[in-house]
Order: sequence, then structure tokens, then C-alpha cells
Amino acid sequence: MSGRARAVTVVRTSTANLASVLTGFERLGCTVRTTADPGEVAAADRLVLPGVGAFAAARRAIASHGLEDALRERIQRGHPTLGICLGMQLMARGSEEAPGVAGLGVLDGVVGSYESGGGWRVPQMGWNLVTPAEGCEIVPRGYAYFANSYRLTAAPGEWLPIWCEYAGRFLAAVERGPVVGCQFHPELSGDYGKALLMRWLEA
Amino acid sequence: MLPVRIIPCLDVRDGRVVKGVKFRGLTDQGDPAALARAYEEQGADEVVVLDVTATPEGRGTRLDTVAAVRARLSVPLTVGGGIGGIEDAAALLEAGADKVAVNTAALWRPALLTDLAARFGSQCVVASIDALGSGGVRGGGGRPGDSGYEVVVRSGTERVARDAVAWARDAVERGAGEILLTSIDRDGTRSGYELVLLRAVRSVVHVPIVASGGADSPEHMADAVRAGADAVLAASIFHQGNWTVEGVKAALAGLGVSVRPGYSAAGQTARAGEGAA
Repeated sequence: MSGRARAVTVVRTSTANLASVLTGFERLGCTVRTTADPGEVAAADRLVLPGVGAFAAARRAIASHGLEDALRERIQRGHPTLGICLGMQLMARGSEEAPGVAGLGVLDGVVGSYESGGGWRVPQMGWNLVTPAEGCEIVPRGYAYFANSYRLTAAPGEWLPIWCEYAGRFLAAVERGPVVGCQFHPELSGDYGKALLMRWLEA
Repeated sequence: MLPVRIIPCLDVRDGRVVKGVKFRGLTDQGDPAALARAYEEQGADEVVVLDVTATPEGRGTRLDTVAAVRARLSVPLTVGGGIGGIEDAAALLEAGADKVAVNTAALWRPALLTDLAARFGSQCVVASIDALGSGGVRGGGGRPGDSGYEVVVRSGTERVARDAVAWARDAVERGAGEILLTSIDRDGTRSGYELVLLRAVRSVVHVPIVASGGADSPEHMADAVRAGADAVLAASIFHQGNWTVEGVKAALAGLGVSVRPGYSAAGQTARAGEGAA
């Protein structure tokens, strides 16, 4: 962190556990605050949109706090934003998990489900090797920790894809400048995750 | 398949690790946070904390323990022991657990699994099952409800008249995203995991299975993986210093089992240990 403390704002819209995300950034020397206020979401230097649980409930929580426009705008303007797990999925147009529920729509794609069978466990739970496309500057190659039953499979044109294999190829992450969506959990991915978060903090 | 997860387990009572710890090189041998951190540095893929504190006043201590472990640990943390309802689980998740392992309470009230999955997602919900061979028809291929393994509670001292394999299937249908499967027959015996039980549960659930009870060597762990385990849990072999996580992973790779290699700051994962899938 080269002696500089970074301020990170984490969106807190529900009772979802945030301890891993908060302590992950604190270990890197960041000052961390949580918010559900649209003004703070819009103004944050660095914003994290975490997410566990169900797509529809998380989407409702974003709407009930009036955060949609602030989130969409900062992502479209390229302000440093990190969506984690469900936080990445919420950036998409929608999800098979909740037909009819619109996502933020800043990532052109619909989240689909893994199909169990052929020995693939669902949820995917564990460490998988992610491989960034040429030009990626934040997400490195390495093993990252996943805990998910749904995922995106097609690369939206204007985003750089980071690929992974699990019952077929899927999007482990996407990046566009300092805007990053991770299907995996960098905050639970040990030294790999720390390297990723450091790069994002410097981006 | 993903690399098999190697999961050291810390049995904690009143804020201290209670199984015999002869771990060298640590200033405080019984401190859960220090041990968890040391295991992560060795390459642990996840850490399980099982709190065996029996008293109600111990619950506050338990949350402190989870928060202390979380502050040091940057790999997933599963916490189990004495979770009686959704508020207990919520408090543990808020304190820093990533998954909660529910045992007895889910047996009495299986809807708890559904409630937890609805609120936190299935990936947060582990059904912890302690199974004991009942001397019936083993192998899971026999009559439904008579796999030869029954569920026991209170550290294996109390029977509940429930088939362990049938309960595993039911728990997954109700919302569990993972099964922590402990053989009480094997626990502490160092004679290897109960492979017949593992195969039987593997044949009825599609979620990941964590094998527990009986590990003494990487060979035992490789056997468990071949029987269908996605992760292997062990306590004594790590605490007593017989094996490091790193040593276990190197041995497993030599046995053809895929393990997660360490991450190097150079930006590439080390190739050593990237065994067969």
C-alpha cells in the first residue's frame, strides 16, 4: 500500500455478512465504511458491491434504497467499482434465478445456472483456475475461491473477459478499466485475492 | 473437478483450541486465530471452527473467537457447533463466518435449512451429519432408509433413529449446499475415512461433500476423494505436527490428486502440485 491508506466504501443493503469483505480491505491498510445512501454510492472514490443470497432479494434491496441510478452511472462513467459474486451478477441484464427481475443492465448478458450431472457439483464450491484475456490489468491468472450456482457464459463486447472452466466455460470475472466484476470471492482467495485487490486499489 | 480442498479443523472451547496441539513454532499454541493463520500460510483451502462450548454464556466468547479468526484469515471460514436457529447463524455470519454448519437443530427442524438458504443462499448452509455404522446392510444400495448408517448427535452418544444417507439427501433437498460428513466410528481412530459411507452419500447428493473422521495420511485423503469427497477435513494430523498442509498437498499431487498450488507474487501460479483432475 506504499504507506497510503485508501478509503473503500462497501454497499450494505441487507443483513448479508460483510465481515470477510471488510476485514479483507482492512488487512490491506484501507479505511472501510459501509453505506446504503445513493449520494455516498455516487461519490465514493472506490465502491464495493458485495452480494450473497438470492438475486431477486438483493435486487429489491438495491431498489428500496434507491441505489440503481448511482450504481449504473458510476459504472458507466468508469469510476472504480468492484462487484463481488452476486454483486457481479446484479450488473447483468437479469438472471435465470429470478425470471422477470431486471438487473442493473450495465453488463450485457443473462446469468444462467450450472446443471449438475457429469460429476459436477452444484454449487461450485472451491478453488478454480481463472485465466484473464490479453489486456486485463487487474485480475491475475491463478486460483480463486468460488461459491456459486449461477454464472455468466458469454463475454459482453466492451468488457475484458477472465475465463474459467466448470461444466463448460464461464466468466470468472470481467474488467473495464477500474470497474471489475468477480464471480469469485477475492476477499476469500488468500494471497491471490490480496494481489487482485491491491491492483484494484491502485487502478 | 476442482482441486480437492484440504481443511484443517479447530475444535474450540471457550475461545481455545482443545484438541492436543503440539504445533511447533507458535507462541500461543491454543489460540484459534493464530492457528488458523498458520494453516492458511501452509496452504489450507478453508478452515473449519467447531465450537464445543456447552454453556449459554460461552456464546459471546464464540462470536469473539469467530471475529478474531476472521481478522487473520483470508480463506473461507466455516463455523459449526450449537447453532440452534436462524439468529445464531446470522450472528456467526455477521461475526465473520462464511458458512455455518448446522447439525442437531436441523434434525429436529429441517425447515431451518430452507430458512437459512432463503436468507443467506445455499452456499452458506452446511448440513453437518455425524454417522454411525448400525450394522445393517451397508453400501447404500439396499433398501431405501437402510443404508447401514444412522445419524447420531451429542458427539455420537445419542441415537435419533434416522438413516444417515436418507437424511443427507433430505438435507440437500431442503437447502443445504454442502454436506460435512463425519464418521463417528472412524473419528480419532486414524484408520482412514469411512469410504462406504462416503460412496453411499455421494450417490444421492449433487452438492460438495466434506469427508471427516479418521484421517491419518494423504493416502487416506486420496481414498476419500476417489470415494466421492470434494474436500477432506482433518484435525489431529495437523495439530500434532505429523503433517503440514503443504506436505499433504505435495503427497496428494504425487498420488495423482489435484490440489491448489500456492500463488506467487510474480503473478503466475506455481506449477508444482497441479496434478490430474
